[in-house]
Amino acid sequence: MKTFKRGGVHPEENKLSENQPIEVLSVPKRVTILLGQNLGANSKPVVNKRDKVKVGQLIAKGEAFISANLHSPVSGTVLKIDDVPDQVGHNKAAIVIDVDGDEWVEGIVRSSEIAKDIKLSKEEIVKKIQEMGVVGLGGAAFPTHIKLMVPEGKVPNVLIINGVECEPYLTADHRLMLEKGEELLIGISILMKGLGVSKAIIGIENNKADAIHLLKELANNFLGIEVQSLKVKYPQGGEKQLIKALINREVPSGKLPLDVGCVVSNVGTAFAVYEAVQKNKPLIERVVSVTGKSVKKPSNLLVRIGTPISDLIGKVEGLPEDTGKIIGGGPMMGKTLISMNAAVVKGTSGILVMRENESSRIAVKDCIRCAKCVSVCPMGLSPYLLAIYGEQERYEDAGLEDVMDCIECGSCHYICPSGRPLLDYLRVDKVRVGEIMRNR
Amino acid sequence: MSDVIIYSVITIAALGTVSAMILFFVAQQFKVIENPKIDDVEEVLPGANCGGCGYAGCRNFAEAIVKTNTLEGMNCPPGGTKVMDNVASIMGMTAEVQAPLVAVMRCSGSKANAPAKVQYDGPETCFFAHNLSAAESGCPYGCLGLADCVRACKFDAMYMDEETGLPVIIEENCVACGACVEACPRDIIELRKVGPKSKRIFVSCINEEKGGVAKKHCSVACIGCWKCEKECKFDAITIENNLAYIDFNKCTLCRKCVVVCPTNAIHELNFKPRKPKPEKKTLENEVKTDAKVVVESEKTEGKPLAKIEDEATDNDNNKE
Repeated sequence: MKTFKRGGVHPEENKLSENQPIEVLSVPKRVTILLGQNLGANSKPVVNKRDKVKVGQLIAKGEAFISANLHSPVSGTVLKIDDVPDQVGHNKAAIVIDVDGDEWVEGIVRSSEIAKDIKLSKEEIVKKIQEMGVVGLGGAAFPTHIKLMVPEGKVPNVLIINGVECEPYLTADHRLMLEKGEELLIGISILMKGLGVSKAIIGIENNKADAIHLLKELANNFLGIEVQSLKVKYPQGGEKQLIKALINREVPSGKLPLDVGCVVSNVGTAFAVYEAVQKNKPLIERVVSVTGKSVKKPSNLLVRIGTPISDLIGKVEGLPEDTGKIIGGGPMMGKTLISMNAAVVKGTSGILVMRENESSRIAVKDCIRCAKCVSVCPMGLSPYLLAIYGEQERYEDAGLEDVMDCIECGSCHYICPSGRPLLDYLRVDKVRVGEIMRNR
Repeated sequence: MSDVIIYSVITIAALGTVSAMILFFVAQQFKVIENPKIDDVEEVLPGANCGGCGYAGCRNFAEAIVKTNTLEGMNCPPGGTKVMDNVASIMGMTAEVQAPLVAVMRCSGSKANAPAKVQYDGPETCFFAHNLSAAESGCPYGCLGLADCVRACKFDAMYMDEETGLPVIIEENCVACGACVEACPRDIIELRKVGPKSKRIFVSCINEEKGGVAKKHCSVACIGCWKCEKECKFDAITIENNLAYIDFNKCTLCRKCVVVCPTNAIHELNFKPRKPKPEKKTLENEVKTDAKVVVESEKTEGKPLAKIEDEATDNDNNKE
C-alpha cells in the first residue's frame, strides 16, 4: 500500500458523519459574502446597494491575476457592501444580501441529469472555469483556472486528484465521491482536457473502501483515470505529500507541483468544475461536514456560500452544552471561530464542535529535545528549533532553517509531549520571515 | 632553579617588548582617523542604545550627526532638549526645539469595560493573538493585554495592571523611544506631546467600527458621534472612519470635548479635579447630601433591583 515516507501522524479518525447522506440546507434569510474568499487579491464588487440579484449572478469580479469571480448564491436585494467580522473577528469587506425568493439566472441547468459530452475546447474550458469562479475546495481556495494556465517551459503530464480527506472528522469529500461519483469523473476528464494531460490519478485513503470500490468501477468507463488506494496517514492530503505517495516525485523546496510535471486538485473542485462547465452553474454552494462528538446529528450539508454558521449548527439540532470550541475546518489545521454569525466561505470544508475537555490545551512545559516533532514533520523540518527561534524572535535564523517550507499541518503540535504550541510559533515565524523576504 | 625563573622572565619580557613594538608600528600605519567630535558627542548621549532616534545605537547616532553635520531631524528622545543642547554646543550649532513626547495608551477596553466573550488560549504574545483572532472581547482594534509593549520597554516605564488587563505607562520613566509603539501589533500606543504640566487630552480608543458595533464590544468605545468635533472651537478634532482624533498641536486643553463625550472615550490626564458647579457651591454641606439622596431615590424609583445594582457598580467604576 502506498503512502508518503517522511513523517506523518495517525490521529484518531472520528469520521462520525461518514454514513450520513448529503442533505440540502434550506436557503438562509441573509447571506454574507466576503470579498476575499480565495487566495490572492480581493474581488471587486460589481453590484451596488439595493440592487436586485438572482442566484448565480456575478456580484464581484476577480480583476487581479490571482483572484476569482464571486456569484450571488441567493436571490434578493443587496443590503450593504461594508466591512463585517470574518470567522476570526477581523473586519473584512463583504457583500450582504437579504434573501427574497429563489430566482435563478437563465442558462443554469438545474436538472440532476448527467451531461457526459465535453463540448468545449481546451481554452474555452479554462475560460469557463474562470468565469464561474471555481477555486480549490480543499481549504486554501486557490483559483482553479490559474492551475490550468501552464506557464511556458513547463509540461504537466499527470493530474492528481485529492480524495484523501486526511483531516479527522471531515467527511464532505467522502460523501461527494459516493454520491456524485460519475459527475466527479466527468469533472476530472474536463480538468484533464483543460490541462492537456492524458492521465489522472485519484488518491483515496483506504478508510474509505466504499468510495475506492465505487470509483474504481466507474473509472473503467473513463479513459486515463486511475484510482489508487493509500494507507491512512496524516497529512496525506498535502499536495507535496500526495505527489510523493502516488507517483514518487519530490517537489523541491520553494517549487510548485508543476515543476515536477503534475497539478493537484481536490475532488470537491472536480465536482465544481463539472457543474461549471457542463451545467453552467457558478460555485455558489459546497458540501460542509458539521460534526463533533457531542453533536446530536453529525451531518454533511450542501450549503450556499455565505450562510451563517449558526444556521448549520441549527440544522444539527443545536450546540451541545459541553461545547468548548467551534472550529472552521478540521481539528488539525482549522481555526477557532470567534462567533457563530460568521459566514461559510468557499474554503470551509467542515464545522467541528469540540467538547470542552477535548479543546483545552495542556500546560506548556519546556522542550525536552525528544525530537518527536522532527520525526513526524512531513517536510523534514526541525519544529522544536523553529519554535525556539520564534520565541526568541530570531527570524533570520528561522528563515535559514527553511521555515517557509512548513505546510502548517500541525503534526508537530499534535505529537509534542510537552504541549508546546509549535504550530503557533511556526505560523508567526512564517509571517515574519515573509515580511523580511518581501523587504529585501 | 633560580636560572629557570630568570630566563623565563627575560624571555617573556623580550617577547613582550618586541610584540609591543610591532603592534605600535602597525597601529600607527593602519590608524583610522575618526573625527574626534564623534567621541565627544557620544559622551554626552545617554548611552541607553534604545533606538529611539532611529539609529541602531548611541554611537551610530553620534556618527550620523557628525558625518551629516546637521541637527535637522535629529533628536534623542530619552535625553530631551538638555542632551540635544549639549550636542549642539559640541557641533557649534543650535538645536531645534523639540517638544518632549510621551507614550499614550489609546484603549480603555479593560476587563470591566470590554468583557471577554470568548477565551484565548494560544501563545501569550499580542503579535500572535492579533493574527489569530479579534480579541476576547470581540473588538478587532482593542488591546489584547498580552504585554508585548511591556516586554519591549527598556526603561521600566510600563507594567500590566492585573485588574484591568491593560498596560499602564509610568510617565516619569517614559522617554518616548517608541519601542512600545513598534511592538504593538494594533498601533494602539501613540507618542503625544507631554503638554504643559503634563496635561493631556486624547481619545482613548482606536475602533473604526460604526457606533453600534463598537459599543457592543466595549462600553467606552469612540462611537464617532461628532459631538466633540462640534464642540471644539479650534478645529483640533477630526473624525475619520467613525473615530475621533485630537491633534495635539491644535488642542488648547479646554476640556470641553471631555464633557460632551457620551461614552467617556476622551481622557484627560493630570488636570486638577473640576470645580464643583456654582449652584452646588452655595449650598450647605448637609443640604447638598440630602439633595443628592433625593435625586438618587428619584432615579431608582420603578426600576428592577438588578438594574440598580448594576448602576451602583457602574458608578463605583467611574469613581475609580
